[in-house]
Amino acid sequence: MTAIPESMARPRSRFWRKLRANPSAILGGLLVAFFVLVALAAPLLPVPGPAETDWLAVRKPPSAAHLFGTDEIGRDVLSRMIWGAQASLLAGVVSVLIAVVLGVPLGVISGYRRGWTDAAISRFTEALLAAPFLILAIALAAFLGPSLRNAMIAIGLAAMPVFIRIARAQTMSVMTEDYVESARAIGLRHLPLITRYILPNIFPPILVQATLTIATAIIAEASLSFLGLGQQPPAPSWGSMLNTAKNFLEQAPWMAMWPGIGIFLVVLGFNLLGDGLRDALDPRDI
Amino acid sequence: MLTFLARRILIAIPTIVLISIFVFGMQKLLPGDPVLVMAGEERNPEVIEFLREKYRLNDPIPVQYATWVGNAVQGDLGISLRTQQPVLDLIAEKLPVTIQLAVMALIIALTIGIPAGVLSAYKKGTWVDWLANIVALSGLSIPNFWLGIMLILLVSVNLGWLPASGYRPLADDFWLSLKTMLMPAFVLGTALAATLMRHTRSAMLGVLQSDYVRTARAKGMSENKVLVKHALRNALVPIVTVTTLLFGELLAGAVLTEQIFTIPGFGKLIVDAVFNRDYAVVQGIVLCTGVAFIAMNILADAAYRILNPRMNE
Amino acid sequence: MSIKKTLGVALALGIGATSLHAQDLRIGLQEDPDVLDPDQSRTFVGRIVYASLCDKLVDITPNLEIVPQLATGWNWSDDGLELTMTLRDGVTFHDGTPFNAEAVVANIDRSQNMPESRRKSEVKSITATEAVDDLTVKFTLGAPDATLIAQFADRAGMMVSPTAATAAGVDFGLNPVCSGPFAFKERIQQDRIVLEKFNAYWNADAINFDSVVFQPIPDTTVRLANLRAGDLDMLERLAATDVTSAKADASLQLEQATSLGYQGITINVGNGERAANPLGENAALRRALSLAVDREVINQVVFEGAFAAGNQPFPPTSPWYNDAYPVPARDVEAAKALLAEAGYPDGVAIEVQVANNPVQTQVMQVVQAMAAEAGIKIDLAATEFATLLADQSAGVYTASQIGWSGRVDPDGNIHQFMTTSGGINDSKYSNPEVDRLLDAARSANDTTERKSNYDAAIAILQQDVPIVYLYHPVWIWALSDRMQGFTPYPDGMIRLENVSLSE
Repeated sequence: MTAIPESMARPRSRFWRKLRANPSAILGGLLVAFFVLVALAAPLLPVPGPAETDWLAVRKPPSAAHLFGTDEIGRDVLSRMIWGAQASLLAGVVSVLIAVVLGVPLGVISGYRRGWTDAAISRFTEALLAAPFLILAIALAAFLGPSLRNAMIAIGLAAMPVFIRIARAQTMSVMTEDYVESARAIGLRHLPLITRYILPNIFPPILVQATLTIATAIIAEASLSFLGLGQQPPAPSWGSMLNTAKNFLEQAPWMAMWPGIGIFLVVLGFNLLGDGLRDALDPRDI
Repeated sequence: MLTFLARRILIAIPTIVLISIFVFGMQKLLPGDPVLVMAGEERNPEVIEFLREKYRLNDPIPVQYATWVGNAVQGDLGISLRTQQPVLDLIAEKLPVTIQLAVMALIIALTIGIPAGVLSAYKKGTWVDWLANIVALSGLSIPNFWLGIMLILLVSVNLGWLPASGYRPLADDFWLSLKTMLMPAFVLGTALAATLMRHTRSAMLGVLQSDYVRTARAKGMSENKVLVKHALRNALVPIVTVTTLLFGELLAGAVLTEQIFTIPGFGKLIVDAVFNRDYAVVQGIVLCTGVAFIAMNILADAAYRILNPRMNE
Repeated sequence: MSIKKTLGVALALGIGATSLHAQDLRIGLQEDPDVLDPDQSRTFVGRIVYASLCDKLVDITPNLEIVPQLATGWNWSDDGLELTMTLRDGVTFHDGTPFNAEAVVANIDRSQNMPESRRKSEVKSITATEAVDDLTVKFTLGAPDATLIAQFADRAGMMVSPTAATAAGVDFGLNPVCSGPFAFKERIQQDRIVLEKFNAYWNADAINFDSVVFQPIPDTTVRLANLRAGDLDMLERLAATDVTSAKADASLQLEQATSLGYQGITINVGNGERAANPLGENAALRRALSLAVDREVINQVVFEGAFAAGNQPFPPTSPWYNDAYPVPARDVEAAKALLAEAGYPDGVAIEVQVANNPVQTQVMQVVQAMAAEAGIKIDLAATEFATLLADQSAGVYTASQIGWSGRVDPDGNIHQFMTTSGGINDSKYSNPEVDRLLDAARSANDTTERKSNYDAAIAILQQDVPIVYLYHPVWIWALSDRMQGFTPYPDGMIRLENVSLSE
């Protein structure tokens, strides 16, 4: 129990070997890769423009002419799914990255240093949690203007507290382990201690949270465009497609179905990939 | 533990003050003018100027804040510019609604999420694990409004089992109140259950593979004892973190779900207040949500100590 | 035996009759009303509650003729400077205060002089209000005002109890006391407003409900679901796209009326620096924008044809509509020609703010696509309401999608927007001839004379186009098939006289 686990400095090949041997991780990777490819290849694909309207084909169910049907002003849903993938993937992934990159170090420092540092960071987190997201979003919209980048910043900031809290709790928990105490006793410096013992332990819950937050972020992007912060109509995103579909759930169920499926598959992909990463990085699991 | 709680509660007061300054300042930065919204379609300049004076919106912002604090410490949180109701009354009206919804949703989330996560970790790689994951991730990807409207159409319109929307206080009619709140709590609860399930699964996997669980098993300790004494305790840290945060978010109001089910809780109130620049209402609600998040953080920190007394240091 | 039988039948009838009257009506509203004080309130939805809560001096018919309500008759002096009204006898407010000429004087005074009053501009023309006797009141005007009677058919004419108003002051809206068919019982914000029958109502026989509950349910799908589930008896503002499915439901009936309001795009032609944009500076480009859109297609695509296309401040069905300028057909070539003539052969770009609600966004995306084909590139900026309002009045916009809920008198739809000193002239359009015509139309009491003034003003506005009018909403009510006697009105109100609900 007191044994220090194998160091993180394992051969890199073992990580890949484990990842490749994991069928669900491969499925996850393929799903993510597929959507990334679709997003990148949007201009090359043989679909109508995402803003091209057809007044005679408003809210038409899927057909040969429009495989995924048409939306509330006669645009091709398939085309909007493809073109919207870019905005939605960016919104999902980049804002989560912002939240992780800012939140995890803050949480680790908070849990590692304790005392006043912890108090300051924790109070800051509480303030961030208590301030209504709506106010932050409207303020950013007013000062930064509409763009996908600004929307990602807003979502990232809003998603940050949960990463701070998770990283902090995990750090505090790891710090009580015997092996960390002995490492501290033999005078291991802060940085090696953090990278060798703490980060691997906070990695699994952060990964879970990050892969889940992608879904929330994709949906949140839509409400931000609505407030004038995200990208503006007629530019498509899955979130805004869902938003519009809300008033047509009975008349045009496909309008909500496709973006819903898209978000599900992307989130499934990232979660499976995340599980695979987690297993592959776990030093205890051969 | 008592001194810990006492200390944290004392620190909470300056935190609340900081939060209120932060939110007050942010609100004042927002574009838009509450008086213009209040003036109505005609926007009579005379009325606008009068209202600006009346609500002291011409004062410098620090003075406005000081006035607000001065009144707040005397228990006067001001009135809603939109409906002229006292903010304190509004909060007293919405708080029970929001708490009821939050508690019901959390109960649903915990009873589904944690067992599903434990089971999924045990049966890792089997069809049970797959099914649980797929269901959880669908729960997360399905927008609340979609599930909500579908449930209303199915359960209320077609089957007539539950009221379609609205709110009944518990004190009026206990069962009707629970019935009315069941669908929205379910919609919120399932989405949260997905998050809890994924975290539980991950944490359980980590602990089940850890050296001390193996050691304990090797020593011939019973499986139940291994689970309770070692596995679950350690797995609970991230679950506690996530649960308390989610509960805090629920207490801050679930805007979309409230809107779909027409529940008069904090979520709808704050959205209307922000859109109308109803400053006093926003401030009042932020005080409440601030208290909620601080309480949840204290609860989480207390729970860590119970789970792992060594985190006390 | 036969007596017993007769008695039994009578009893049964009696019980039947009572149960017919012992009823509650549940109405779904689209929004939560604001403060319930007729002098302070500002929302359309609030007026729906007032229709049951507060009687007005006069009312309108579905054809917009003015008919008696609390005033039973009125006549104008020849110079149009004095209006004398005879009041209904035996009317009391919900708190028992008698309604009389003194009460009217107090009400007009409150509308004019309470600092918080939003009604000031509506009753501005009144210089003195005088109780001639208990049931006769005389209004003296500074200048002839043809709009005054119509104002009395709306919030400015709603009579509140002077006793309650004096006691509650500015907080009157927390517990409003009027003289309408129903009295205020309770309100839970965002949840319900409950009114109960006022037994001493002067027209109590026409009222068949013991109470009315107004429930704000913002989501249109959910509002309809509540009606279909039997949790509501009727709702207002059914989404135009739900009309087909509601019609298919045998347990529902639909009623509709073209509203008095309009929706369009305001272009900043003179409001600050942002007026210096191509469309703001050049009326030909604004005409091009107007020509580039197909209003009928907007109506078909967004509203499934349920609304009314429009190009003037009054709907084509209104007697005030200028028939010389019918809703124009789309003409992309003409629009392009106008652009080229104005020196923009390669097209022109403009930013349009749009209120962030799904329907308006949808309308503007349709306009955007149509305008693009004529070479007018529209960038949409979704803006939440408070920002939109502040930007519009401060001139921080080039163009903005806007709407107006509409007024009974035509003046209310045009004067304050198009006259140089108009209170809500956000475009800051200014044309002395239009000012003159609209002022003249306001002070003329002769309908033909007014109409010719409006016709002339509209002819000019069709050239100058500070507002590109797009369409007129249609109020759509969905009712349970058990409802009887409901009459749709173009003002969108729900009047409950003679409405009933069968078992």
